[in-house]
Amino acid sequence: MSTDAAAGPGGRRTLRAPAWKRRRRPLLPQQWRRPMAIVGIVVIVFWLVIAVLAPLVAPYDPLAQEFARLAPPSAAHWFGTDVLGRDVLSRTLYGSRISLPLSLILVLASMVIGSVVGAIAGYFGRVVDEVIMRIADLVFAFPTIILAMIVAASLGPSLLNAVIALLVVSWPSYARVMRSLVLSARGQEYVVAGRLLGAGTVRSLGRDILPNVAAPVLVLATLDFGNAILLLSGLSFLGLGAVPPTPEWGAMVSDGVQQFSSWWLAAFPGLAIFTVVVAFNFVGDALRDALDPRTAEAVSEVSV
Amino acid sequence: MSRVGRGQADGLTESPGADAADWRGLRIGGLTLSVRGKDGPSEILRGVDLRVPAGEVTGLAGESGSGKTMTGLAVCGLQPAGALVRGTVELRGERMLVPNVLSLRSRELNRVRGREVAMVFQDPTASLHPMISIGGQLTDHVRHHLGMSKQDAREHAVSLLERVHVPRPREALSRYPHQFSGGQLQRIAIASAIACAPSVLIADEPTTALDVTVQAGVLRLLRELCDDLGLAVLLVTHDLAVMSSVADTIAVMHDGAIVEHGDRRQVIRHPRNDYTRSLIESLPKTPPPGAGPYDEELTDAR
Amino acid sequence: MPADLEFDDVAVSYRQAGRADLRAVDGVSLALHEGEVLGLVGESGCGKSTLARAACGLEPLTGGSIRFDGEPVTRLGRGRRPQRLRRIQMVFQNPYASLNPRRRIGSQIEDGRRAVTGNAPPVAELLADVGLEPDVARRYPHEFSGGQRQRIAIARALAAMPRVLIGDEPIASLDASLQARIATLMRDIASRRGVSLLFISHDLSVVRMIADRIAVMRAGRIVELGTAEEVWAHPRDAYTRRLLAAIPIADGLGTLPGG
Repeated sequence: MSTDAAAGPGGRRTLRAPAWKRRRRPLLPQQWRRPMAIVGIVVIVFWLVIAVLAPLVAPYDPLAQEFARLAPPSAAHWFGTDVLGRDVLSRTLYGSRISLPLSLILVLASMVIGSVVGAIAGYFGRVVDEVIMRIADLVFAFPTIILAMIVAASLGPSLLNAVIALLVVSWPSYARVMRSLVLSARGQEYVVAGRLLGAGTVRSLGRDILPNVAAPVLVLATLDFGNAILLLSGLSFLGLGAVPPTPEWGAMVSDGVQQFSSWWLAAFPGLAIFTVVVAFNFVGDALRDALDPRTAEAVSEVSV
Repeated sequence: MSRVGRGQADGLTESPGADAADWRGLRIGGLTLSVRGKDGPSEILRGVDLRVPAGEVTGLAGESGSGKTMTGLAVCGLQPAGALVRGTVELRGERMLVPNVLSLRSRELNRVRGREVAMVFQDPTASLHPMISIGGQLTDHVRHHLGMSKQDAREHAVSLLERVHVPRPREALSRYPHQFSGGQLQRIAIASAIACAPSVLIADEPTTALDVTVQAGVLRLLRELCDDLGLAVLLVTHDLAVMSSVADTIAVMHDGAIVEHGDRRQVIRHPRNDYTRSLIESLPKTPPPGAGPYDEELTDAR
Repeated sequence: MPADLEFDDVAVSYRQAGRADLRAVDGVSLALHEGEVLGLVGESGCGKSTLARAACGLEPLTGGSIRFDGEPVTRLGRGRRPQRLRRIQMVFQNPYASLNPRRRIGSQIEDGRRAVTGNAPPVAELLADVGLEPDVARRYPHEFSGGQRQRIAIARALAAMPRVLIGDEPIASLDASLQARIATLMRDIASRRGVSLLFISHDLSVVRMIADRIAVMRAGRIVELGTAEEVWAHPRDAYTRRLLAAIPIADGLGTLPGG
């Protein structure tokens, strides 16, 4: 190897971590060994398994209206039954097949759309940037759920329309983050070096910029996942999402709160939403810590 | 030299036999530091022994990764979280005698740090708060540590700025860091470091970020402070030329240990250690510049 | 002597809110001759980096012109850099920021080879030129020290077979013990490959070692231009003298630099 192998980083220490910090970024598996991350992953895997195996694990048909109405939790119906005599446990388990994939699609779609639009705004700047970011501001100016309601209401109640409505309101946050990341990455020396070697826009963005700024957006997406479930449930709760008798968690909670004395109707689907949201937040936190070199150091202290 | 310092009341008592040695300054003995790495603990410092006497500039040279910065930080108890530090750092100042800084509890450590041991870093903008005026930063410090009144602290701050040759010190007090050049900021950072009349000053690459002409001024200032105030200065830098011009003795660090420590002339001209020799040989070989008649003109300009 | 890169009364100004324009480069005329090493020295903020960026088309000129091979250097806009201008390459100051952290060394150097038509030297040869083993190509930037990364950045710039290589403070972020070594390396490769080198630095003592001629810049203007020996031993300009007097010398005598 070269003769200067003994040398560490350059003499200027303002920007770089000192030698003891300069270890390679720990691989993700070590980061996942934090208790919170483990809990998060276990819960998410649990729900994914449930979603796949719902027909096998659910004790009854979620749509069957053949039981005593509003029966409290019992050995036969662990989560009780609802107004129409449907088994709440089965409906909650089946609900994961609707809530999970839809919020996943929602998050992925808004991440992709927001990132691309934001990257374009950041890279091209000037007029393009102004136009895109003013549209984003326009969306930001309205309360999220209200704007989503307006869009969903004008499209008509259906789960797909709810997803579209939420897409409309959720892309700007990704666009904003991506824009600022691209804006700062654009001036990086390796990006300039690439351009001096003749890289065009697509190459420069796709090869030099995006791979290096993707991490924070990914973290944002995991943290946003819980939000997406809540928003979707919220729209369903307002009657703008899932149409009866679809067993969607938000819609179930909505139905449940109308039956004031039967707590089990709203509590169990609500609990399902809660666990998934918390789990994704834990995972998002862990991911953020793992990708941020400053916290990665502190994280390794508490890994189990 | 009174031994009655605030230290005694707080349990910072002297070690037995402290009277025997009549030296002042800092003595580092067998300092080791290890951090937990990916594959087991890694030793950053492997037994550093160094004496930093008062009234002298002690240079600590070495390439990046040699542990020179970590030595400076560990002396102040500023090692990274989770690092294991062993050894002794004996501090013998005018007001305080501390047998081992490393064994102090955090409150006592805070008192030692900033009062008896001060630090100056490479980037002055990082050590000064951007939103607080220079006056605010200089007075907060002394009011906290020395319990001065606001008026006294202000006067003290003015005299500090005069001491480090910042032009128009009274006006400077009401200005903010971004209104100063890098060299002026480093001077202000030094003023802030010596505000409580410490006995030890640790300067970590204090001139590396500065232009040569500015660097020359800051180096002169460091030398002057060391001589006038009897400070024990530990100058950490990778630049042997800087070292050669201000340091009295030079310690060369390599791989977490000091490989050579001696008088600057001996270390630079007749290095005993192979590593030191390789460092010196890597310097650009240049005759002293400008043998021409410019010297006198320069003196006139001054 | 024919000039590869010619600066003719070049000016670059920045607009400042509420103040007069900042004239970063203020009427610089300079010629980089074929195969020569020209050192450009000055303190921070003197405009030397702006001049370097302008030579690569990265800064819009507010006056004058820069000609490469007799034809003007156009500004690098959104589109791809014209083939012709890819023969001007740059080595940047910060070796930690000048390599894409997520791509292998080999493919980054390949980019350089693909930048121009013609027989670019193979990656292994380029790496050998800068004193690195061929297996470096398979690895990622984070596995290397600052000095090694700077060698890689030099190899990448050379892959495009440049006629003009610009080093924008390429040694400023390195350990003192490495600075002279990397500077000499750049000089040696440039002369071996017949590349003209514009070496920008604030460190006159290193520049003196490698440059044929030295230009001293201050406040956007060239205040002194001469052969390295002339400037070092018989500086004419007062600022150059001050600059020289401020350089600390490792003589072990404890001489404080003037300033």
